[in-house]
Amino acid sequence: MIRFNQVYKRYPGGYEALKNVSFEIAAGEMVFLTGHSGAGKSTLLNLIAAIERPNSGSVVVNGQNIAKLRSGALPYLRRNLGLIFQDHKLLFDRSVFDNVVLPLQICGFDHRESAKRVRAALDKVGLLQREKTNPIALSGGEQQRVCIARAIVNRPSILLADEPTGNLDADYANDIMGIFKSFHQVGVTLLIASHDEGILQKFGGRLLVLKHGELQS
Amino acid sequence: MKIWLIQHVRVLLFTLRRLFATPLSSLLNILVIGIALSLPMGLYVLLQNVQGLAEQVAGTPQISVFLSLDSDKEDVTRIGKQLKQHEAVGRVEFVPRDRALEQLKQTTGLADVIGGLTQNPLPDAYVVHPNKAGAQALEALRDELQKWPELEHVQLDSAWAHKLEALLKFGRMAVLILAVLLSFALAAVTFNTIRLQILTQRDEIEVSKLIGATNAFIRRPFLYFGLLQGLLGGAAAWAIITVSLHLLNGSLASLAQLYASSFMLHPPSASDSLTLLLFSAYLGWLGAWLSVAQHLWQIEPR
Repeated sequence: MIRFNQVYKRYPGGYEALKNVSFEIAAGEMVFLTGHSGAGKSTLLNLIAAIERPNSGSVVVNGQNIAKLRSGALPYLRRNLGLIFQDHKLLFDRSVFDNVVLPLQICGFDHRESAKRVRAALDKVGLLQREKTNPIALSGGEQQRVCIARAIVNRPSILLADEPTGNLDADYANDIMGIFKSFHQVGVTLLIASHDEGILQKFGGRLLVLKHGELQS
Repeated sequence: MKIWLIQHVRVLLFTLRRLFATPLSSLLNILVIGIALSLPMGLYVLLQNVQGLAEQVAGTPQISVFLSLDSDKEDVTRIGKQLKQHEAVGRVEFVPRDRALEQLKQTTGLADVIGGLTQNPLPDAYVVHPNKAGAQALEALRDELQKWPELEHVQLDSAWAHKLEALLKFGRMAVLILAVLLSFALAAVTFNTIRLQILTQRDEIEVSKLIGATNAFIRRPFLYFGLLQGLLGGAAAWAIITVSLHLLNGSLASLAQLYASSFMLHPPSASDSLTLLLFSAYLGWLGAWLSVAQHLWQIEPR
């Protein structure tokens, strides 16, 4: 599903964020990506979503090599990914419902089908009652759940989460990990970047550890 | 196909909502475009009217044919017949030299001077009304008549029509220059409006790109907005012109009455109006497109 082969990522100025990273994630796996901040976790996730491109090596997602993808093909790649951000990236000029429906509008779903899917996604994250609320009125944990609902509403085969429990207290974090676990059970491939030791120990699956841009075995 | 249609209808509704969400600034923008367009378009309509008037007046051009002073009665009737038989001539009017002198006395107020003349200095003349009005046909007829030996002088009364034509040409050029300049201004207005919209919607654009929106999808609402704003601006220009002409006609009616004429300014024709609307819509779209092309690539998700 996701395969890195000798991937290097240098930033202008010479800083090497990733050095010779190779790994493979099979379909349906739930994998945790960990390491200190600055170890390259976000860079690695950005490479998968083609937000950044590697300097050398290949990143293959769903059989497509990101490094060689035309920029016109990027949107269609991203529609197969669910992205969950640490800072949520919600839009505060519209309701929770309108935030979650955005990926469906982009793909051109009709009104009724969209509404059904949005409610299903909101139900899954336990926010069905808040669909008319503006996300600015929600707590951090609830905002994160809206972000998750938006990521899954399009039923992607891969979910990428960057520090999904970063700013949350333990109860909220457990809720969210429980939600991820349920996606794993229905066959979604998950890659979760986190430096939260407690979470890792509790839900431990396969672990990828980054240290100064290199993958530790 | 259905998805495509749904998306476009959705964007159109969304754009309308956005336009009405800020009614004052939308109204001002539309007014700016409308006023900018109404200047060249209004001038154009006035020129069209003047041209129409000129065609009405110059539609009955005439050629004055003067016989030599020593031609006798027989010559005069013979030439009159020849003129009438000529295929390019519609109607012929004889002006005897005595009547011409009489008219000169009455209209110029030179009765004293003319009364002192021992003999009539004016020749017999014919006024020829050709049956074709085009400038070329008229000139051809004049050239032909000039070759007739009995005719002393042939005068085509179309010089003023030529002058008017030249003046109209000048006016049309001025309108064209004005239109081109103001078109740039119009595109610039839309360019700026869209630029501001893109900046305020930075977050939305970024998130949309992250969750798989194509550039076309992101561009669409802005292009629609430009198109719609241009179209409404064109409609405003049309309204400005129509109302202005109506007001002008009110005061023109009394003026025309003094000249015993029923001259009235006609509103722009249907095809001219349609052209105006399409052109302004296109300009709005163009401004939006330039703005989007310029600013959208700067917003890449990080």
